[in-house]
Amino acid sequence: MSLRLQARRLACERDDRWLFHDLDLEIRAGEILRVEGPNGSGKTTLLKILAGQPMEHAGEVLWNGTPLRRSRSDFLANLLYLGHAPGVKAALTPLENLAWYQALAGEPGDEASRLGALERIGLAGFEDLPAAQLSAGQQRRVALARLELTPRLLWVLDEPFTAIDRQGVAALEARLEAHAERGGGVLVTTHHELRASSGLRRLTLGEGGGGVER
Amino acid sequence: MWAFLHKLGSPKGFYAISGRWLPALWGVAVALILVGGVWGLVFAPADYQQGNSFRIIYVHVPAAFLAQSIFVAMAVAGLVFMVWKIKLADMAAAMMAPLGAGMTFVALFSGAVWGVPTWGTWWQWDARLTSMLILLFLYIGVIALRGAFVSRDGGARAASLLAMVGVINIPIIKFSVEWWYTLHQPASFSITEKPAMPAEMWLPLLSMVLGFYAFFLAVTLTRTRSEILRRESSKRWVRALVEERR
Amino acid sequence: MSSDEPAGGLSLAWRATLRRDLVLRLRRPGEVLNPLAFFALVITLFPLGLSPSASLLATIAPGLLWVAALLAALLSLDGMFRDDAEDGSLEQLLLSPQPLPALAMAKVAAHWLLTGLPLALMAPLLGVMLSLPAGSYGVLALSLALGSASLSLIGAIGAALTVGVPRGGVLLSLLVLPLYIPVLIFGVGAVQAAAQGDGVAAHLAILGALLAAGLTLAPFAIAAALRIGLNG
Repeated sequence: MSLRLQARRLACERDDRWLFHDLDLEIRAGEILRVEGPNGSGKTTLLKILAGQPMEHAGEVLWNGTPLRRSRSDFLANLLYLGHAPGVKAALTPLENLAWYQALAGEPGDEASRLGALERIGLAGFEDLPAAQLSAGQQRRVALARLELTPRLLWVLDEPFTAIDRQGVAALEARLEAHAERGGGVLVTTHHELRASSGLRRLTLGEGGGGVER
Repeated sequence: MWAFLHKLGSPKGFYAISGRWLPALWGVAVALILVGGVWGLVFAPADYQQGNSFRIIYVHVPAAFLAQSIFVAMAVAGLVFMVWKIKLADMAAAMMAPLGAGMTFVALFSGAVWGVPTWGTWWQWDARLTSMLILLFLYIGVIALRGAFVSRDGGARAASLLAMVGVINIPIIKFSVEWWYTLHQPASFSITEKPAMPAEMWLPLLSMVLGFYAFFLAVTLTRTRSEILRRESSKRWVRALVEERR
Repeated sequence: MSSDEPAGGLSLAWRATLRRDLVLRLRRPGEVLNPLAFFALVITLFPLGLSPSASLLATIAPGLLWVAALLAALLSLDGMFRDDAEDGSLEQLLLSPQPLPALAMAKVAAHWLLTGLPLALMAPLLGVMLSLPAGSYGVLALSLALGSASLSLIGAIGAALTVGVPRGGVLLSLLVLPLYIPVLIFGVGAVQAAAQGDGVAAHLAILGALLAAGLTLAPFAIAAALRIGLNG
């Protein structure tokens, strides 16, 4: 499976203010692209556009060389997006939450794999509690367990380190690197400083201008 | 032809072209309404049954026509905006909504006034008046939904979709209300159903209807032009225009 | 590393979404019971506000029952997508490789099963209290069951459009109520016809036709409305 997500001359205007314009970027297999910038610089909006959400924008997003409009179903079948809100239902248990996400991805899944994913993410013993009784960090971990559970080429993660403790942060960083090494791609926004690795690149969104890639 | 349409689709081109049409359009609208108004209110013969009170149809009927047409025009503009992302269509739709609501109100009000000599009451649950009232609520919904969104673009898309949903529903609503009305009381008088109106009555009415449509076009063009200037106020061509006029 | 059958699991995803929404509603029984209590309460207000005369109540009962049920269904609409939007799972629903109109229908079905259907089943009971003529009870329940499915479909469009609007409840009523009118007219018409001993097939057929039209068009409108409402 190939992985190439490109954005060409991307621009987004919010009520007469440019969040960014003339933005070009590309993610290939084995790469982690970290998007950084101050609050309100449009990181979340950029991620939503790149994840194919219906945001108003100019420019083009290409998945493996085809515009997203036409390759949408193939793109979505290869995408795992974790948004600002973790998407964990408070009234459901972690197991039930994961079961729905698996079904949504079209996979029947099984209890053992879900239990395994929850254990690896550090939630052993919490599988059957309603998520409302978990802390914010634990709820975030339920969402992160999907990285373990549903194999997807491209990960688009919006602030995945929020509310995660130090151990969890290290484990998640290792997981991102491992994903890139196995040929996956990661697009991530975070205020947390990622440790340098071969596939890591950075994109800085500035004050109303284009992005600067370093 | 395509080049012309393309130019018309861009705010700048539209502004230039509509500026040339506008004076003539206003002229036609005022002339038709004046002719129809004077003819209908002064010279047309009185109705043998209703006397002079029938003359309110010279306002009521054009307003009712326009109220329904504007909703359809708004939905079409919404469709154009959603499919081809032509912002101009949305500007026009946004400008049409209050005018349409106003026309609906005029139709309702004139219907109520007409009801006093005819039915002896200000309000009768007549099928047409009831449909008109529901149309007013639909307009209010579209306007309120647009206003409730923080981002202009979101409000525009939401209002477009609602106008399209509404336009599919209007025939169903009209059909059901008429069905409901005939079930509850046999049709007596209806304000627009006239057996064979003589020419000196319907010609002024035709003039009024056409005049109202011209008026609608003129108002929409005028308001859309000012909306273009407002939304594009940071663009170079608008700045140049302002400098020129100074 | 990737699944090559994007639409393969649609029935799986559909059933899982329906089950999830049913479970979520049943875990907070208030959400299911409150509209029913509201329905009963509104019906109680009418004899108090009008008159306890059985003959008067019997003539207006079809309309009262239908309007009260319609308002009760309306009350529960606001939560249809709002909770999911707030915790981020609606975003995930939109990014699922499954077709959104189909998934939205699963949510509408869950809403109807636990709002419209219970209201329809409860209506005959309240009909007794309003001295509804015998012989119209079955039609009352059937017309409400059919009609409330249309109400859920139309209402979902409004709920989706206002999902991003804070405190959008009143706005939602404003958008949705005018569109409810045809369903109300034919629903009440069916019950009135039954109460007078007339045939009801025509009314029920029209209610069915409205539902069929809703089932074909509304899913796409709901999907478009969700895309607008969530990122507006």
